[in-house]
Amino acid sequence: MRFQLNIWRQRGPDQVGDLVSYRVEEIGADLSFLELIDHLNEQLISSGERPVAFEHDCREGICGACSLMINGVPHGPMGATTTCQLYMRNFEEGAEITVEPWRAGPFRVIQDLVVDRSPFDRILQAGGYVSVHTGEAPDANGLPVSKEVADRAFEAANCIGCGACVAACPNASAMLFVAAKVTHLALLPQGQPEREHRVVSMVEAMDAEGFGNCSNHYQCADACPKEIPIVLIARLNREFINAALLGRAFGEHSPHHVHQE
Amino acid sequence: MDARIPQGPLEQKWEHCLDSLQLISPNNKRNYRVLVVGTGLAGASAAATLAELGYQVESFTFHDSPRRAHSVAAQGGINAAKNYRGDGDSIHRLFYDTIKGGDFRSREANVYRLAQISNQIIDQCVAQGVPFAREYGGLLDNRSFGGALVSRTFYARGQTGQQLLLGAFGALNRQIHAGQVTLHTRSEMVDLVVVDGVARGIITRDLVSGEIRPHLGDAVVLASGGYSNVYYLSTNAASCNVTASFRGYKRGALFANPSFTQIHPTCIPMSHSGQSKLPLMSESLRNHGRIWVPKKGGDQRPPEQIPEQDRDYFLERKYPAYGNLSPRDISSRAVKEVCDEGRGVGEMGRSVYLDFGDAIERLGEKTIAEHYGNLFEMYHHITDENPYQTPMRIYPAAHYTMGGLWVDYHLMSNLPGLFVIGEANFSDHGANRLGASALMQGLADGYFILPQTIGDYLAGKGVVGSVGSVGSVGSEEDRVGVSEVLAQSHQRTERLMALKGDLSIRTLHQQLGSILWNYCGMSRTAAGLSEALQQLTELKQRFWTRGRVTGEAGEINQELERAGRVADFVDFSELMCRDALARKESCGGHFREEYQEQGEAVRDDQHFSHVSAWRYRGETEPPELEIEALRFDAIHAQRRSYQ
Repeated sequence: MRFQLNIWRQRGPDQVGDLVSYRVEEIGADLSFLELIDHLNEQLISSGERPVAFEHDCREGICGACSLMINGVPHGPMGATTTCQLYMRNFEEGAEITVEPWRAGPFRVIQDLVVDRSPFDRILQAGGYVSVHTGEAPDANGLPVSKEVADRAFEAANCIGCGACVAACPNASAMLFVAAKVTHLALLPQGQPEREHRVVSMVEAMDAEGFGNCSNHYQCADACPKEIPIVLIARLNREFINAALLGRAFGEHSPHHVHQE
Repeated sequence: MDARIPQGPLEQKWEHCLDSLQLISPNNKRNYRVLVVGTGLAGASAAATLAELGYQVESFTFHDSPRRAHSVAAQGGINAAKNYRGDGDSIHRLFYDTIKGGDFRSREANVYRLAQISNQIIDQCVAQGVPFAREYGGLLDNRSFGGALVSRTFYARGQTGQQLLLGAFGALNRQIHAGQVTLHTRSEMVDLVVVDGVARGIITRDLVSGEIRPHLGDAVVLASGGYSNVYYLSTNAASCNVTASFRGYKRGALFANPSFTQIHPTCIPMSHSGQSKLPLMSESLRNHGRIWVPKKGGDQRPPEQIPEQDRDYFLERKYPAYGNLSPRDISSRAVKEVCDEGRGVGEMGRSVYLDFGDAIERLGEKTIAEHYGNLFEMYHHITDENPYQTPMRIYPAAHYTMGGLWVDYHLMSNLPGLFVIGEANFSDHGANRLGASALMQGLADGYFILPQTIGDYLAGKGVVGSVGSVGSVGSEEDRVGVSEVLAQSHQRTERLMALKGDLSIRTLHQQLGSILWNYCGMSRTAAGLSEALQQLTELKQRFWTRGRVTGEAGEINQELERAGRVADFVDFSELMCRDALARKESCGGHFREEYQEQGEAVRDDQHFSHVSAWRYRGETEPPELEIEALRFDAIHAQRRSYQ
């Protein structure tokens, strides 16, 4: 197959970027989208040009590293898939394909298609865990959890932290990401002791990173490669209101430790 | 080599060890700084636990986030001897299965400890909120994996590694938030600092700015994973590499059993030249999937049209006791054998069917989807074939490396202060790892073993105020040692940047992979390995004369990263082949064609019941082989049979 690729090239965070066109030919339909970029890079290297920087690792849809805006859609046109699991057979012969990095204020572009997603980690550092020291745990079967609850918790825990939800949202909101983590732990008995503290801390951290609010565009859930359900955002709001009204007051707590990358 | 295996009966060794460790008072722990390289299951769990204990921890990952470490991709599950099913499991049985699975090439004491700790791991992970699969009654579900006749594998659909890693990542995040762990993302370890024979720190390259800088500590922990990517095509993530371990080796750490690599039977087959990896299809699929090929070679009918009597369920036929759940090494060889006979399927004839037809008929699509939904989806995406309707096609691919840096019972290498955990060490799997045991070992090392044993080293060192220690300045020797290694790291980067030939690094890596796959893969011969060594010498020359690295060193430069890793892979693969050549027996994943009986591996316990540990002696001298003899007191090392 043949394609025309328009790829965002930007040398560094403070430099001006631009779309640059490349032609690729003799592409097998079974190539993944990332293997297509590999192919292009081999072409660029052989002509002495700087290859396109992009993030990828596991190439099986679970690490959350790959992050391309393909024709304006995070992870491309297939839905419920990561860029690494998108195959060229899903494109028309001769198609023109535009490839950009995630576009969102809190995700600074570092080079070409690579962005800084460390804001996600800082949100998790603020409270996305159960505080249990190694060795403190009781017997695993001492705490039964109904299958239904465990399955729903798993559905939320499925988030791979890729950032497609933020990239898809016109407000650059991270609420689906935060909702997934909050729901995972709020559903399980293990998450109860810190339930209120967790949601307030994480929402505060989310706001501090400059993510926008949800105004019901539902683009995040459409873009999510793991199909995290949109209703989790309603749950996040509920958890937050409950915690802020009934539990720990919003904004009235000792400051967090300095967060890190 | 003193493996420091405690005295006493097997069942009490770990307890004896714990009782005899020197302790550091809670208030003094903060005076010690520990560097942990890698944030997979072993690294994240170790960093978090060390920090909980009160040590100052610096954690390093070359990813943008700890959560992307390749443990995230582990699919099937994690073993533990809970015996929740009441099907006859016990610590002793898990120990025995693991030793036998490793073809009697691992240490009894280590493996027994692993089985003992397995139960605590499940408790810990459940307490963290890991959403393991459950029964309707609310208790934990189990399934079976290869090499076992009990159901002892805990799982979270086909994403167990992801969920366990998120648990460990949570524990790590909590310590980062508490200020006990300093996290360095996009930081790749490029060398180890050893001063007077003691590990004192590491050198990292910042993958964004290109800055090369030293980090000093009272101990260094390598949790940097395995080296299957030496084969170019493997189930590993693109950036998995041997550099951290190999740098340790070149600084004096012994590398043990480098030729012990695991070729996993159920992976996506090779199909085109642009393929960049061979994703794993979890072994757990063999709980319900049946492996077969047509009885006759050249049978072109689609699988649905081949009737039962024309199918050969070769694993069930050859190994009736274990059937489709035979261990990986044995299953992989059986798959290779039927393909070599010309009975393989698919365009290139290099694959076999993994068929769920029976299971779907018996249990329904919904049940199968609950077990393996994401795997079926992944397979469908990659191959454009729907495994609910037509059998999967699978073939073996490089997956895991049992070899790694040599460690003693305390998980310390022969270099004082250098600890190695998880897949990066050689310790518990012998010549073949059983399924669902890698997660178990990574977490046993990281949560429960290293955080205890490292205290003994630090206490014994008694050098609070050394260069790495918090708030101290260090000795003149340390400063000289660091500046030497730092200078060498700069030189190495310059040398790589100077590569302006006509071959891309990826091309050279592909060439390397093909040499190793052909001569040091699923089956090996003395002649083939000698040929490989010859070809590797030529490849190394080609790398340094014809390789090409573009871009600059002071920015994100993924070609420079690749070049550093592939250069180490090239050097390392020579060690792999030497080790394979020296081990004149077949055991586990190491199958020497000269040593077999009707296709089954023939061990030579008289001459090779040992760990082969290699010592680096410079660029011009061949490495020196050191032997750690293995003793089997609790069990009898017999001929391994799954028939």
